Amino acid sequence: MPRRLRQWGPGLLLLSPSLIVLAVFVYGLIGWTVNLSLQDKHNALPSEGFVGLDNYTNLFTNDISDRFTHSLRNLAVFTVVFIVGTLVMGVLWAVLLERGARAEGLFRTIYLFPMAVSFVASGVVWRWLMNSGTGDNAGGLNVIFSGLHLGFLENRWWTDPNWGMAAMALPAIWQLSGYIMALFLAGFRGIPHELREAAVMDGASTFQLYRQVLFPQLTPVALSALIILGHMSMKMFDLIMSVSGPQYLTEVPSVYIWQMLLTNDQAKAAAIAVFLLLVVAVVIVPYLVYVNRAEKRS
Amino acid sequence: MTTDIVTPSLPGEEIVAPSGRPARVPGTGSGMVWRTVRYGLLIAFVIIMLMPLYVLVVTSFKNGSDIGVNGQWNLPTSWTLKSWDKAWERLHDSFLRTFELAIPVALISSFVGAANGFVLSRWRFPGADVVFTLILFGMFIPYQAIMIPLGDVLNETSIQKGIPRLILVHVIYGLPICTLIFRNYYATTVPVEMIEAANVDGAGLLRTFRSIVLPLSLPGFVVTIIWQFTSSWNDYLFAIFLSNTRNGPITIALNALAGAQSPDYAASMAGALITSLPTLVVYILLGRWFIGGLMAGSVKS
Amino acid sequence: MRLKTRVAVAAVAVGTLLASAACTTSDNSGSTPKNVEVFTWWADGGEKAGLDGLVDQFKKDCSQYTFVNGAVAGGAGSNAKTVLAQRLTQSDPPDTFQAHAGAELTDYINAGQIEDLSQEYKDWGLTNAFPSGLISNLTVNGKIYSVPANIHRANVLWGNKTVLASAGITQNATTLDGFFADLDKLKAKNVTPLALGKDWTQLMLFESVLIADLGADKFTGLWNGSTPWNGADVTKAIGDFSKLLTYTNKDTRDTYDWTDAEKLIMTNKAGYQLMGDWEAADLDAKAFKDYNYTVFPGNTGTYQWLADSFVLPKGAKNAEGTKCWLKTVGSAAGQQAFNTKKGSIPARTDAVASAFPAYQQSAIGDWKSLKQVPSCAHGSACSQSMQGAFNTAMGKFSSDGNATALQSALATAASQFIKK
Repeated sequence: MPRRLRQWGPGLLLLSPSLIVLAVFVYGLIGWTVNLSLQDKHNALPSEGFVGLDNYTNLFTNDISDRFTHSLRNLAVFTVVFIVGTLVMGVLWAVLLERGARAEGLFRTIYLFPMAVSFVASGVVWRWLMNSGTGDNAGGLNVIFSGLHLGFLENRWWTDPNWGMAAMALPAIWQLSGYIMALFLAGFRGIPHELREAAVMDGASTFQLYRQVLFPQLTPVALSALIILGHMSMKMFDLIMSVSGPQYLTEVPSVYIWQMLLTNDQAKAAAIAVFLLLVVAVVIVPYLVYVNRAEKRS
Repeated sequence: MTTDIVTPSLPGEEIVAPSGRPARVPGTGSGMVWRTVRYGLLIAFVIIMLMPLYVLVVTSFKNGSDIGVNGQWNLPTSWTLKSWDKAWERLHDSFLRTFELAIPVALISSFVGAANGFVLSRWRFPGADVVFTLILFGMFIPYQAIMIPLGDVLNETSIQKGIPRLILVHVIYGLPICTLIFRNYYATTVPVEMIEAANVDGAGLLRTFRSIVLPLSLPGFVVTIIWQFTSSWNDYLFAIFLSNTRNGPITIALNALAGAQSPDYAASMAGALITSLPTLVVYILLGRWFIGGLMAGSVKS
Repeated sequence: MRLKTRVAVAAVAVGTLLASAACTTSDNSGSTPKNVEVFTWWADGGEKAGLDGLVDQFKKDCSQYTFVNGAVAGGAGSNAKTVLAQRLTQSDPPDTFQAHAGAELTDYINAGQIEDLSQEYKDWGLTNAFPSGLISNLTVNGKIYSVPANIHRANVLWGNKTVLASAGITQNATTLDGFFADLDKLKAKNVTPLALGKDWTQLMLFESVLIADLGADKFTGLWNGSTPWNGADVTKAIGDFSKLLTYTNKDTRDTYDWTDAEKLIMTNKAGYQLMGDWEAADLDAKAFKDYNYTVFPGNTGTYQWLADSFVLPKGAKNAEGTKCWLKTVGSAAGQQAFNTKKGSIPARTDAVASAFPAYQQSAIGDWKSLKQVPSCAHGSACSQSMQGAFNTAMGKFSSDGNATALQSALATAASQFIKK
C-alpha cells in the first residue's frame, strides 16, 4: 500500500493546488451563485429570505415585457446562425485547402487572423459595416450590395426585430471560421491515405469520395466543433456590447445579467446565470462522459 | 490513444502528408476549371475576410469630414496621423498594463498546465480520468455564473485591484484548457517507456518532469502561451467586473474611447488597430506552430 | 525559420513594443488625500464644457485640493452607471459622483451608499437658496442627500429653421394635432420629420406625449401611484406616440444616440427633435446656429425638470475635499460658471439671468412661473430599476408596435416599482 502511494502520491500532490483552486473558484462559486439565486435579494441590502425557485419561475412567467423569453429567442437565433455559418465556412475552406494549394500558408493565415482580434476591437468596425441605413442613407455593407447590383440584399442588419440576431452572428462567424477550418484541416490530414486510394480504386467520384468516405471519418471533429461553438455562443457578451450596446433588440441572457447587476438585482442575475450554466451543462456533461468512455475503450 | 476533444494540442511538427510535402491526393482529377474555381473562391474569401481590416485602416488615416459611416469605403482625401496620435495618447497606459497582465498569465498558466498535463497523462493515479473531466468542465462554464461572488471573494484577499487580480483570475480559469493541451500533447509525444525507464533509474516525479519531459515541451508551450496571451489580452468580461479605466487592460480603454457619445470614429479605429497589434504579431510569427497544434489535435494513433 | 528563431523574434518584437510603451507611460498617480475624484459621464461636448467651468471655480475656491477627472464616456451615463454600481459594491467609491436628483437617488439612499447632507445645507445656507419645491423633492424622510448643480428642462422641441421654413412651417405648433399637420408637411419634403434616437430618448418622447394627453397633474400622478397606467387616457397617449413614431427615422432610430439624431438636424436632414436643453449647449459647442426651440406641443405651461446633482459617498477617501467640491457646486459662482456653458439653469433662486445666453434666460423665467413635472427617463420620477423596465418596454414597442403589450408592461412595472 505505501509503495503504491509513493507511486501516485507525488502526482496528486503536484496536481493539488490546481484542484483546490478550481474547487473553490469553479465549483464553490457556482454553489454560491446557486444559493444567491434562491434568495430574495433584489437590491444592495442583504437578502430578505429564502424564496426557493421563485426567481426562476418568475423569469418565465412574470418578466415584464417577456424580457427573458425574448432574450432566449435572441440567443437561439444567434446560436443557430453562428454554428451553421462557422461550420459551413470552416468546412468549405478546409475542403478547398486540404488537397494542398499554392500559398496555402498565406490563405490559412488570413482566414485565421481574426481569431487574434478582440471582439471589442472588431465591434468598432462591424458597427459601421452593419450600419442599418439603406438606399441613399446607406453606409457599410449596404453600399457594397447596391454597388454590386445586389440591392435586394440591403437590410437593417441587427436592428431588424425578427432576424436581427442573425446579423449579429456575422462578426462572430468572421472571427471563428478560421478556427473551424483548422480543426477540419487537421481532421482531413488525419485520415489515412489508404482509405482515399481504396475509394478511388473502387471508382468513386470526387463527390462520392467526400460524402461517403471522408466526411463520415470527420464526425468526431464535427462533434467537437459543435460543442465548442455552442458553448462560445452561450457566453457571447463582448461582441454584443460592442456592436449594439445593451438594448432590448439584441439582448441575450449574458447581457441581461449585466443589466440586472447595474441595479444590484443580484438574485435575478444569479438565476439567469445558473440557467445559462444548466443549458451549457446539459450539452457538455454528456459529451465529456462520452469522451471519457471513448478514451477508456481505446 | 484517441483524443476526441479536438482543441489545441499537438505534436509540434508542421502538418504534412506522410510522404513529405502536401502531396497531390490521388483520384481527384483536377482540371483547369476546377482549379480556377477553387482559387477564385479562395481569393474571393480573402477579400471578404480583409474588408473589415480595410475599413479600419482607411478610416484611421482620415481627416475631418471624410470620417463617417456613409463614406467608409472611400480612400482618404488627405492622409493624417492625427487619430493615431490621439488613440495612442488614450491607450498607451493600458497598453503597457496589458502586457503586465498577458505575459505573466501566459507563462504561469503554461507551466502549471504542463505539470498538470504530465501528471494526468503519464504519472496517473486512480480516478485520474474523473479528475480530468472535473477540471475540464471548468473550461465550459459561462463566466457570468461565477462573476457575482468572484468580486466578493477577491475582496477578502489582499490582492491589489486591477491587473494583479486579473492575473490571478485568468490563470485560474485558464487552467482547464492548458491542462487539456498538455495532457493531449504528452499522451501523443512522450512514450510510456521513456517514463518507465526514468523510473527504473530511480528518478522521482519532479526529476522526471524537469529533465526528461520539459525539454520536449516547447511546442506545447507555444500553443498554451499563444492561447493564454491572446485570451487575457482580448478579455473584456473579467476586465469590466474587476477593474476600471485607470487600472485595467486595453479593452476597457478602447471601449471608453469608442463608446463616447459623439465618438471620434477615426481615433476609435486607430485604437482598435493598436489594441489588436500585439496579438496579431504573435499569430503571424508563431501561427504556423499554433495551427500545427490545432490540426494535430485529433490525430488517431 | 526554425521554431526557436521564431520564438526569439516574437520575444524581441514584444520587448520592443513594451519598451516603447514604457517610454511614453505617464505617471499614474493613485488617489491621495489631496485629490478629489469627480465621477461623471460628462466626457464630451457641451456637458464637458460645463464641467470645465465648474472645475475652474473649484480651483479658485478649493485650491488646496486637486481635481481628478473620473469621467466615463458613453450612452448618457449607462456606461458610467455600470462602472459606478460595481465600484460601490466593491467599496471603492469615487470621492463624489454625479447622480440625477429625485427618485433615482433612492436606490443609493436605501443601500446606505451616500451620506446625509442636511447639516451642510444649513451651514452653507442652501435651504434658502434653492426653491422650496425643489428642496421638498430632494428630501427623503426628512434628510437631504445631494447638492443639485443645475436644472435641466426635458420637454423641449428643437427645430432646424431652414428646413422648417422650406416646408412652409411658420409657427411651431402648440397642440398635438397641429404638430401632426406640421410633420406631414415635412414628410412631403422628404426629410425626416422627427429625428429620434434609442432607449431613453424614446422614453422622453413618450413622456412628452403623456403630458400633452393627460395634463400636468395626472402625469405627475403616474409616478406616485395616483394615476392608473391602464387607463384610457394612457391608451390614447400610446396611440398618439405610435403615430409620432411613423414620422421618425425608422431605419436608424434604434442605433442612434441623441447626438446622432442631433446630427440629422445639423445636416438639414430632419426638421424636429425632442431633447432636453443640454442640446442647446451642444449645438452651440458645435457652432450650429440655425435652430429654434419651443416647448413640446401640448406641454404649454409645464416645466419638465431634471437635476444633475452631486453626493458624498459613504467611505469616500477624501470627505473634506468632497465637501469643498459640494460647496462649490451649490454656490452662486459655481452654479453660474457651470450653467452658462451647459445649457441648463442654476437651481438657486438668486441666479443673474442676464449673464446667460438667450435660451437659458427664457428657461430661468419659465422655471419660476410654470408647473413643474418630473421626468422618468432622467431619474427625477423613477428609480433605476423602473427606468430599466420602462426602457425595455419602449424598445420592444419600437420594434413590434404592440400597444396593448406596452400598456400592460408599463402598468406591471409601475405596480412593481412604485412604493407609495
